[in-house]
Amino acid sequence: MKRKVLFFALVVAILMMAVPMTALAQGPECQDVVTIQKDDWLSKVADKYFGNIFAWPAIMAIHNQAALANPEKFPDKVINADVIEVGWSLCIPTADEADAFLATYDPAKPELLYASGDSGQLVIGSWWTAGGEAEGLAGMFRIYKELYPGVEIVNATVAGGAGTNFKAVLATRLIGGDPPDTFQLHAGLEVETYSPEQFLEPADDIYASEGLEDVFPADLLALLKYKGHYWGVPANIHRSNVLWYNKAVFEANGLTPPTSFDEFIAVSDALQTAGIQPYVIGTKDGWEAAHVFENVLVGTLGADGYKGLWTGATDWSGPEVTQALENFKMMMSYANPDHPALTWDGAGEYLINGTGGMMIMGDWTDGWFTSKAFTGYGWAPPPGTQGTFVALSDSFSLPKGAPDAENARNWLKVVGSKAGQEAFNPKKGSICARTDCDPALFNEYLQSAMVDWSQDAIVPSVVHGAAAIESWATDYKDALILFVGTGDVAGTQALLQQACVDAGVCQ
Amino acid sequence: MQRITWERVVSILLISPSVLAIAVFVYGFIAFTSFASFTKWDSLIPDFSLVGLSNYQKLFANPRFQIDMRNTVSFTILFLALCLVVGFVLASLLDQHIRGEGIFRSIYLFPMAISFIVTGVVWRWLMTPGSPGLGDTGLNLLFEKMGLGFLKWGWFTDPMVWHIPAESGVGQVLTAIGLGGLASTKVGISAGVISLVLAATWQMSGYTMAMYLAGLRSIPDELREAARVDGASELQILWRIIIPLLKPVTLSVIIILGHISLKIYDLVVSMTGPGIGFSTDVPAYYMWDTTFRGNHFARGAAIAVVLLVMVAVLIVPYLVWSSRTEAEL
Repeated sequence: MKRKVLFFALVVAILMMAVPMTALAQGPECQDVVTIQKDDWLSKVADKYFGNIFAWPAIMAIHNQAALANPEKFPDKVINADVIEVGWSLCIPTADEADAFLATYDPAKPELLYASGDSGQLVIGSWWTAGGEAEGLAGMFRIYKELYPGVEIVNATVAGGAGTNFKAVLATRLIGGDPPDTFQLHAGLEVETYSPEQFLEPADDIYASEGLEDVFPADLLALLKYKGHYWGVPANIHRSNVLWYNKAVFEANGLTPPTSFDEFIAVSDALQTAGIQPYVIGTKDGWEAAHVFENVLVGTLGADGYKGLWTGATDWSGPEVTQALENFKMMMSYANPDHPALTWDGAGEYLINGTGGMMIMGDWTDGWFTSKAFTGYGWAPPPGTQGTFVALSDSFSLPKGAPDAENARNWLKVVGSKAGQEAFNPKKGSICARTDCDPALFNEYLQSAMVDWSQDAIVPSVVHGAAAIESWATDYKDALILFVGTGDVAGTQALLQQACVDAGVCQ
Repeated sequence: MQRITWERVVSILLISPSVLAIAVFVYGFIAFTSFASFTKWDSLIPDFSLVGLSNYQKLFANPRFQIDMRNTVSFTILFLALCLVVGFVLASLLDQHIRGEGIFRSIYLFPMAISFIVTGVVWRWLMTPGSPGLGDTGLNLLFEKMGLGFLKWGWFTDPMVWHIPAESGVGQVLTAIGLGGLASTKVGISAGVISLVLAATWQMSGYTMAMYLAGLRSIPDELREAARVDGASELQILWRIIIPLLKPVTLSVIIILGHISLKIYDLVVSMTGPGIGFSTDVPAYYMWDTTFRGNHFARGAAIAVVLLVMVAVLIVPYLVWSSRTEAEL
C-alpha cells in the first residue's frame, strides 16, 4: 500500500514537472518519441501507431513543428518523406492531433508538411556577387538552411560597386509592388530613399525578441533608427577610412605612413624620387573619388566638424572645406595618371606589384588583397583621421508586401545572430556589428579594426549611405567627379553648398 | 463621304489594336513624362504638385547637364561627319567593281551586327592607356611596339577639353562682341568624346557604306558617260552629279545616325562610364543616374523631354519632307 502511494506521488511529481516543460517548449504534444531503426520508414511507423499507412504526413508535419520548437530534443527534421536516418528521434503525435492534421491536409500543398514559417521561398536582394562577399552570404545561407530547410533561398543579386546598380533595380521593383522578400540596405539615412513608412516594415519586434539592442553599440543603434523605428538588421561593419600601403616599398625608403597632410607631401615626394607612384586611386565608377574625399573631410575638419556638415552645424562654404578640397587636389597631384580607366581594385594592382605606395579605400580591400594572395600590405588611418572610425554597415530590411514575409523575418534573425555574423564577417572581410563575436575567427587586420571600433569616435560614411539621404549623397558625388576633372576648388565648393541647400539642410 | 463597306470595317478593326497600343505605350507615356517634368516628384512616392518650369531652369543651370549637352552635340557632329566621310570613301572604293567585293562589303558591314555593349567593352580594353608604373596597354602598347610612341595618349582618361581659349585672339574677339561663353570649356570637344566617336564610327561607318553603295549603284552609268562626253573632269562629276544625286541617301543616313547618337547610352555605359569630370557623360546616362540612383524623378523626366525635343528637331523636318516627296510622286 505504502509503495503504491509513493509510486503515485512520484508519477504526479513527474507529471507536474513535465507539464510546464511542454508548455515552455510550445511544441505540439507527442504521445511517444520513436528512435528510427534499420528498415523503418514513415508509413511503417504510421501503421504501427495509427493503424493507417496513409497517416505518415501527420507524423512528418507534427514532428517538424516539434523540431522547430525544440531543436535540442529533435535535432533532425524530415525534409524528404522518403529519407529518414537510423537513430533519428521522431515525435509521434497523439491520435487526435494526427486526425486533426489529416482532415486539413491537402497533398497539393506540400509546404504544410514543413513547420510553419518553413516553406516557400526567400528572395534575397543584394549586390554581393563575387569573392568574399558571396562566400560570406553563402555562410549565412547555410545557417538559414539548417534552421528552415523547407525554404528555397533565391539569391537575387545585381552586380556593381557600392550597390549603385542594385539600387536602381530595387527602386523600380518597390514602386511596381514587386519587392524581394528582403534586401540589402546601407544602414543609416539611405533608408530615406525607400520612403520607409510607405515601402518598408519596421523591424523593431526583431530587435526586442532577439535582444539586439544589448549587443549592438549605442552609436550604431542611433544610426539605425530613423523616424523612431529600426528598418533593418545590420550584418556587418566596414571601415571607410583606411590607408593601405606597400610595406616593402615603405621599408625600402625608410618611410612610415603619413599622419598629417604635410607628412603626406613629404612621404609622396620621397616615393616619387624613388620612382614609385606615391598615391594610387581608380575613379572609373565615380564614387571612389567621393569616398576618398569623405576621409579627407574627416582628416581636415575632425570628427565633429565632419558630422556637422551633414546636420547643418558646419558651414560647407567655410575655409575648412576649402582647405579639404585643396588637400584632396594635392593628393590627386600625386596620383596615377590612368585613374579614370581603373576601378579601385585595378588601382590596387599598383600596390600588389610594388609600383605604387599608398591607396585610400574601405576595408573590403583587405579581403581583396587576401584573394590575390598578397600579404605585403600595411594599414593606417588616412592623414588626420587617427582615433576616428568612418563607418558603414550593410543591413537587411523588410519591404512591405513581401510574398514570404515570415521567411524574411527569420532571415533577419539569422543576420543578427552571433552564429550568422560569425559565419558572414570573416569571409566578407568586415567586423561584426555585434560586440560579442569571437576575435579569434578574424584575421589580423580585422582584429585591429575590432579594437578601433570599440574605442574610436564613430562617424558615418556619406558615400555608403550612412550620413546623408541618397539624393544629397548623389549630388555630393557628382560634384567630386567634376572636381577630379577640373580641379576647380571654388566651383566645387559652391556645388557642395548647393547640394546641401537642395537637401534642405543648409539655408 | 465614302461608303462604309465590310472591308473598311475589317481593316479598321485589324489596325485598331496597334493604334491603341501605340497611343497608350508611346504617346501616353510621352504625355505622362512631360507632365512629370513639371511636378515636384523627388522621391519614390510621387508628388504631383506642379512647379512650372523650375525643373528645366535648374537643369540648364546644372554644370553636369551643361557638360552633357556639350558632349552630346560634339559627339553627334563628329560622329556624323566621320561616318559620312568614311562610309562614302569606302563605298566609292568598293564601287570600282574590284575582285572580292562581297568579302570587303561583309567585313565593313559586320561591326554593325555587334551590340554597342560589346563594342564598348572591346574599345575600353583597347583604349585603356596603361601607366608609367604598369606599362602600356592596348593601342598605346601597339603604338610603342611599332615605334610610333609619339601617338600615345590618355584616350578617354585624358581630362583635356579642346576649346577656344579666352586669352587667344579669337577668344578676345568673341568676348568683345558679347559671345565670351563660346570661348570656354562649355563649348568644346573632350578627349573622352573623341574616344567614343572612334568606337561608334568603327561600328556604324559600315552601315553608311552600304547605304552609299546602294545609292551609287542606282546612279545610271549614262549620266556619267554623258558628263564625260561633255568634257567634265572626274572631280566635277563627283561634285556636280554624284553627290547631288546621293542627297536623299545622305539625308536618311543623317537622320538615322543622328537619332542614334543623340540617344546614345549603351556605348557610354560599357566603355567609359561618366568619365573623368563627366568628359563622356551624356544626357541619357545622366537621366538614368539621377532618376534611379538619386530618385529625382522630375529631373529625369525633364531630361527625357529635352532629349525628345532634340530628336524631334532632327526628325520632324525629315518626316515633313518625305511625306511631301511622297505626295509629289
